[in-house]
Order: sequence, then C-alpha cells, then structure tokens
Amino acid sequence: MNDEGRLWEVFTQSKQGAPHEHAGNVHAADAEMALQNARDVYSRRGEAVSIWVVPSDQIFATSPSDEGPFFDPSNNKAYRHPQFYSVPKGVRGI
Amino acid sequence: MNEEQKLADFEARIERGEIIEPKDWMPERYRRQLIRMMSQHAHSEYVGMLPEGNWITRAPSLRRKMVLLAKVQDEAGHGLYIYSATETLGIDRKELLDQLLNGTAKYSSIFNYPSLSWADMGTIGWFVDGAAIVNQTMLAKSSYGPYARAMIRICKEENFHKKQGYEIITTLANGTAEQKKMAQDAVNRWWWPSLMMFGPTDKESPNSAELMKWKVKIKSNDELRQRFVDLTVPQAKAVNLTLPDPDLKLNEETGHWEFGHINWQEFYNVIKGNGPMNKERLKARNEAFEKGKWVREAALAYAKKHNN
Ligand SMILES: [Fe+2]
Ligand SMILES: [Fe+2]
Repeated sequence: MNDEGRLWEVFTQSKQGAPHEHAGNVHAADAEMALQNARDVYSRRGEAVSIWVVPSDQIFATSPSDEGPFFDPSNNKAYRHPQFYSVPKGVRGI
Repeated sequence: MNEEQKLADFEARIERGEIIEPKDWMPERYRRQLIRMMSQHAHSEYVGMLPEGNWITRAPSLRRKMVLLAKVQDEAGHGLYIYSATETLGIDRKELLDQLLNGTAKYSSIFNYPSLSWADMGTIGWFVDGAAIVNQTMLAKSSYGPYARAMIRICKEENFHKKQGYEIITTLANGTAEQKKMAQDAVNRWWWPSLMMFGPTDKESPNSAELMKWKVKIKSNDELRQRFVDLTVPQAKAVNLTLPDPDLKLNEETGHWEFGHINWQEFYNVIKGNGPMNKERLKARNEAFEKGKWVREAALAYAKKHNN
C-alpha cells in the first residue's frame, strides 16, 4: 500500500427504495475517510441518499471468459418464463 | 485462440458497436493508447484547477466566489473520475501522478496560459469548458466502457461551467467601457489557444486514425474544432464581442464558419514545455503534493492505530 491508502469501490443509492449502484472508486486510509471522499467525489449535487464503500480487493467477480459456461445453466430453461405456458382461449387473469 | 484470431474478434466487437470492459481481451496497443489519452485527460482536469484557483480569493462578489469554488472542485472530481477509469487498465494512480509531477506526462496546452484578469474566468468557462464539452460529448460514446461512463458523469457537470462563464462575460460586456474592454481583451487572448485544444489538424495527428478505427474517438480533431467554432461565433455576436480572426466568415453553402490559420508553431512550443506558465504549473502541483504529505501520513497512521 503506498501513501494514498487502499482502494475502495463506491456504491451510491440515488433515492430511497432504489438499488445501490456502482459509481466508481476512491483512495482512502480507512472506511470513514473513504465515505467522506466518496461523498465529495460522487455526490456533489445530491446524487446520493446513501453510500456504501467496499475495499476493492474484497470484491470477487466473474470473468469475461466465464460468460459462456458460467451462465449457461440459465440459458436453456425457457420454462422459467411465463411465455412457455399456454392457457385456454378466453381465460383471463392467469 | 491465437493473437490474430483474438484481434479479429476484438475488431469485430468494435465494429458491432460493443463496449469494451476492463477484463475483456484487448490489443496491447489499444490499452497503451487509452492509458496515454486518458491520463493526459485526467492531468488536464487536475492542472486545469490552477488558472481559476488563482482568482478564488479575488472574486468580485460572494456569489461569484461560491460558484468559482464549486467549479474548481468539480474539476478535481473530473480528474479523479478519469484517474479511476485509467486505473482499470492496470496502471497505478501513483505512477500516473509521478509522471505528471516529474514533468514527463502531457496535459492540455491551454492550461499553460496565465489568467490575467477577472474576465479570464468568464472566458475560460465559455471557451475552455465549451471546447471540453464538444470533445467530451463525443468521448461519452467511446468504445472503452469506464472512459465513456466517466465522460457521461462529467458532461452533466460541464454545462454549469460553461454557463457561469458566459454569464460573467455577458455581465462585463454590458458593463462600463472599461469592463467591456476587459472582456474583449480576455476573448482576444483565449480564442486561438482554445482552438488549439482540439489538437493538431487531422493531417498532422498521428494518433487520430488509430483511435478512430477503434472507436475510442468518434470524430476527428478538425470536425470537433469546426463544431466549436460554429457554436461560439453566434454566442460572441450575441454579447457584441468580436473574435480575433479577420478571416472568420460564414460559408453559405456548407453552413460552417471558416476560420483563419492557427499558429501551430505556438502550439508545439507550448507542448514542448515553453508556454508562459508550464514551469509555474508543475511547481504548483509539486508543492501541493509535498504540502499534502503530512495529511496522507497522518490518515494512514490513524487508520493503522484503529485497525489494531
Ligand atoms: Fe472538467
Ligand atoms: Fe469544466
């Protein structure tokens, strides 16, 4: 770790009820400072009502080469969608 | 898959308009070009705080002072967004900063000109941020995801920068004879360097063709420069200021404003480090870095103490 502190990923919630979305990252010595920096960098115009910061090295992600095999199992399960099923003509509200 | 196949796949993705993300395979040259271009852009935002920072304490009213402070703070934010995006290409921010501080990195030539009067604050917002908007709006459609997303964020903030600048100029242009003279003088000094911001002509720009082939850039330097001129000429007319170019005239056929010869000698001279403020800007950045050292050290010491 150089003197810029560790790297933190920043997630902001734009309004109550909305999901937290990835906004970017900041360098900071600790979580408190990371939150303050995140506020100054990613919410200068009220873009956030809530902020999460997570040390970048604590995030584990799928890699692009996984794209095929990793997500495969869900691609051939059409029966998970309502369009898969037929309903007798004239029946409503199903 | 061999390298040739990977490159063909990559170029097919670009062709289809797909967005490239940090962990996707990319040619080394694409990565290097992006690091070069994005870090220059980040440094420009960072150094770009200095000409305006120069006037914060001398703003003519509290309103202007608050606005200028907010704008300069935005530019610091812009620098951070782009440094972050550049880091996704596998280069450390410390390394980028070192390159800036030791003088090996480049940044926009415009920030090597001095801000001599309050009217410069108006002209910088109007011209320099105006030119930046033209450039960044294009880059928001760049093929590299993190860069494009940083540009979208930045574009949302730039309109305020341009508008506050134009408001300053409008106020001065409608003011006393002396104020109007001050506005005209600033326009005269900043016009040509602003046109140079878009970089060398297409014929002389070695990187452009490659950047456009990979859709890092969507429009050429000359196209962007023309767009800026077309936008700005009527804005100058509206406040009765003249742009310092006797050759400026509307081409009725194309609908574009034709402009005179740009002094490229001056441009290359500033890029090489011989502009009026090059040394001053680097000195200021180095001083700020040195003066912030104790803060970084104290923050780390505090974090360490609380983690044990
Ligand atoms: Fe900016
Ligand atoms: Fe700006």
